[in-house]
Amino acid sequence: MTNTAAAARYVGQSVKRLEDPRLVTGHGRYVDDIVLPGMLHAAFGRSDLARATITRLDTSAAEALEGVHAVFTGADLNSHNDSLRASLHPPESPAPPANMLADGDVRFVGDPYVMVVADSRYIAEDALDLVEVEFEPLDPVVNYETAAESDDLVHPELGSNLAHDLPVPNPAQEEAFADAAHIITETWHQHRQTNVPMETRGIVASWQPHAGVMEVWASTQSPHEMQLVGARVLGIGEHKIVVHFGDVGGGFGQKMFLGREDMAVLVAAKLLASPVKWIEDRRENLLASNHARIEQMTVTMAVDEDGNFLAADLDQLEDDGAYPLGGPATPGAMATMLYPGPYRMGPVSWRARTVYTNTCGRGAYRGPWQMESVAREQMIDRVAREIGMDPLELRRQNVLKPDDLPYQVSTGLFFETTISPEQTLEQAAEMIGYDDFRAEQAKAREEGRYLGLGMALYIEPTSMGMGPLGTESAMLRVEVDGHVNVFMGTGSHGQSLETTIAQLVADELGVRPEDVTLHQGHGSGYGFGTGGSRSAVIAGSAARAAASGVRDKVVAIAAHLMEASADDLEVADGVISVKGTPAASMTMAQVAATAYQNSDALPEGMEAGLEHTARYKAPPSTHSNACHICTCELDPGTGKVTLLRYVVSEDCGVLINPMVVDGQIAGGVVQGIGGVLYEHCVYDESGNPLASTFLDYLVPTAAEVPDLECGHVVVPSDTPGGHKGTGEGGAIGAPPAVFNAVADALAPFDVYPNRQPLDPNAVLSLIASASDS
Amino acid sequence: MADQIPLSMTVNGRARRGAAEPRLTLADFLREQALCTGVHLGCEHGVCGSCTVLMDGEAVRSCLLFAVQADGAHITTVEGLAPDDETLHPVQEAFRDCHGLQCGFCTPGFVVSVAAFLEANPDPSDDEIRHGIAGNLCRCTGYQGIVAATRQAAAVLKGEGQ
Repeated sequence: MTNTAAAARYVGQSVKRLEDPRLVTGHGRYVDDIVLPGMLHAAFGRSDLARATITRLDTSAAEALEGVHAVFTGADLNSHNDSLRASLHPPESPAPPANMLADGDVRFVGDPYVMVVADSRYIAEDALDLVEVEFEPLDPVVNYETAAESDDLVHPELGSNLAHDLPVPNPAQEEAFADAAHIITETWHQHRQTNVPMETRGIVASWQPHAGVMEVWASTQSPHEMQLVGARVLGIGEHKIVVHFGDVGGGFGQKMFLGREDMAVLVAAKLLASPVKWIEDRRENLLASNHARIEQMTVTMAVDEDGNFLAADLDQLEDDGAYPLGGPATPGAMATMLYPGPYRMGPVSWRARTVYTNTCGRGAYRGPWQMESVAREQMIDRVAREIGMDPLELRRQNVLKPDDLPYQVSTGLFFETTISPEQTLEQAAEMIGYDDFRAEQAKAREEGRYLGLGMALYIEPTSMGMGPLGTESAMLRVEVDGHVNVFMGTGSHGQSLETTIAQLVADELGVRPEDVTLHQGHGSGYGFGTGGSRSAVIAGSAARAAASGVRDKVVAIAAHLMEASADDLEVADGVISVKGTPAASMTMAQVAATAYQNSDALPEGMEAGLEHTARYKAPPSTHSNACHICTCELDPGTGKVTLLRYVVSEDCGVLINPMVVDGQIAGGVVQGIGGVLYEHCVYDESGNPLASTFLDYLVPTAAEVPDLECGHVVVPSDTPGGHKGTGEGGAIGAPPAVFNAVADALAPFDVYPNRQPLDPNAVLSLIASASDS
Repeated sequence: MADQIPLSMTVNGRARRGAAEPRLTLADFLREQALCTGVHLGCEHGVCGSCTVLMDGEAVRSCLLFAVQADGAHITTVEGLAPDDETLHPVQEAFRDCHGLQCGFCTPGFVVSVAAFLEANPDPSDDEIRHGIAGNLCRCTGYQGIVAATRQAAAVLKGEGQ
């Protein structure tokens, strides 16, 4: 390294987004905008029954319809795949059968059993109406609480509905329980929700016979997962799949992995040797993409007479549905490991189980393990109530303070010194005006009005550095005209990476953000993509390192050409100049032109060209933290909850673009608000989903959400830029904060809510239960 | 296949002639025949508002209309709002300034809806803004930037500057 590192000009600024001009004018390029010559359209026929045997399936009438090119069943397609395994799923680990289309029986409502490929989507759906199918219904497994004991098996091949059972006893926990002043138990329930990206899933696949190349345009968070799994499905080399990455209309975890439909489209495109497009419709998205948060955790906490946490015992149960998106995983185990969070919790023992049911499969949804914060923060409010302490004081007493750090958690986690839970707790309490609110609340209660305050404090393990998640690469090239192209394995789908990566590169290299173009997808080096709050730390550090490598060369070339000492040069906004003598300067374009087109003028022995590739390996985890506090008013007549104020104090380390950080937090918070108060993928007892449109599945609108106030505590992480991930945090902190606010508002009724959603019906039922008792 | 019915409409100031089956939605016509791919389909049942366009000056959901119903109409999509290729409409500028978009998928519908809303109500209160845009869904922004953008655009369109 030379000693010419640039001062931060753009990092830390709310730089306007480079992606916006095309997006606000309708010139984005999403997957449904792709049109290829001869392109056909796919539609899937899906089961209306939760569990049934297919006794007859006749596709002849559908095949005979004009404009239909093929009708595929499971028997046609499933034999054409080599493996459907997601990269995070170990090959030796048990999994549901690897089928793209149901074959012989259906296992949830929405299970695809037939695929029509036709000249248009309209014709494809006409043909689905002509498919003749008969089912013999079987008793479905719908209730996940009893699924493990049921004799009815979701996947008979696996011999059990229990997907995982991980007990981790801890004798120290039992000892701590023996002498505790208080032992408090509750089971906390979350309910079935789904990601709802505004753009549904979709893919266009085009096979080039003889070349043996599959070209893919996909709505994905991970172009390389699409490439690797696509290659496994088709049994071809990774180099034979070209994944084009365009604009992606949100994902929140749903587009991290390939769905069975994506795989079916790949196989169909190869069999037909015609481009095939599939765009999921909203009904399919709500019923059959993925669901999440169907889980419960029974928590028992031991607390001494002064309110100090002594130990905890946890029992987590989660519903994987029938075909979990991305394979059966164990976020429940992570939820239990993370339960101690930002507190001195003492020894913890835990058990985490996952079961299969005849419902839509579980998938990653923004903070997939956030049950740890839900259960813990709701439990802390409960403990406070049981032992007669103020919930803020109870948190203050047990929160990890700077003197406690670094901190080894009994579950195996390790917190470095760069977390700041106490600081965010205090900042949020000050922002909301805690004492003033309590006074206002007391006065309101005297007037018969029900105000509530809820808070949640958490630590988020971001940018996890293990396995396929561990690294990202950046290939950076200054072109002949001085413009900078960066090729990365990310999959920005709203996170603003075209801008934030450009800001990082601009500072490191000494150019303007608009001089930098991020290219994702084909041509980039392997990376897991965008999800898991990982892009700022992992991709950002790779981009920074690549830019740094090129900067050294830029300075060396300029010093040589200008006959100056490299130490005397500075690079800013694309101009290399002698410090203190701005007239003595040259442009990035002049340096680049020399590097490529006049390489004889380079310093002796220097390689021609101006490019550098760097790969960054992340530490096991980079922890961010935050505190959410919100207030609400509850109408006991209608059960309606109105949020009054919402404050977040967060620490994501060094902010690259504060506007983008606040935007990520706001989006997550509103998903959390929606989850607790409005959204619910309801199933009836026979496994029939009742929320299949946006009239039933209630995503919050602008009229339901308050203004969000964001405060920032900045403790830089130990990673190169000092950043920490922040994409998921809003959706982790909001559910328990909102839940606790509603529970607090209900406290005068002496009721103890323990499950979501807290919609008007639930609130009125709680109030009624109080009057009954 | 059903008969194709000839139709013509003015889309973003340009005359478009085409033919459509009676069941073809206006949204699909605009996307596929008028090449206005800024018209986005987020639900196809009239709730999310991503497909909002102006039909004879009024905001409509193009997924709930058949193309033949727009025969002879003047349609403005998000592509038709900016005065030229270098300049944004004040609503578009405000969405950029205020981070009123992340993934950008719902944005065309919001931009068109907000433009129509401010035409009808040039001086809205915050509460009117929140209810005025409640017919469009966004999953990324939590609406914070969208409300701020609507506020800014109202001020600019009234000539108050930013």
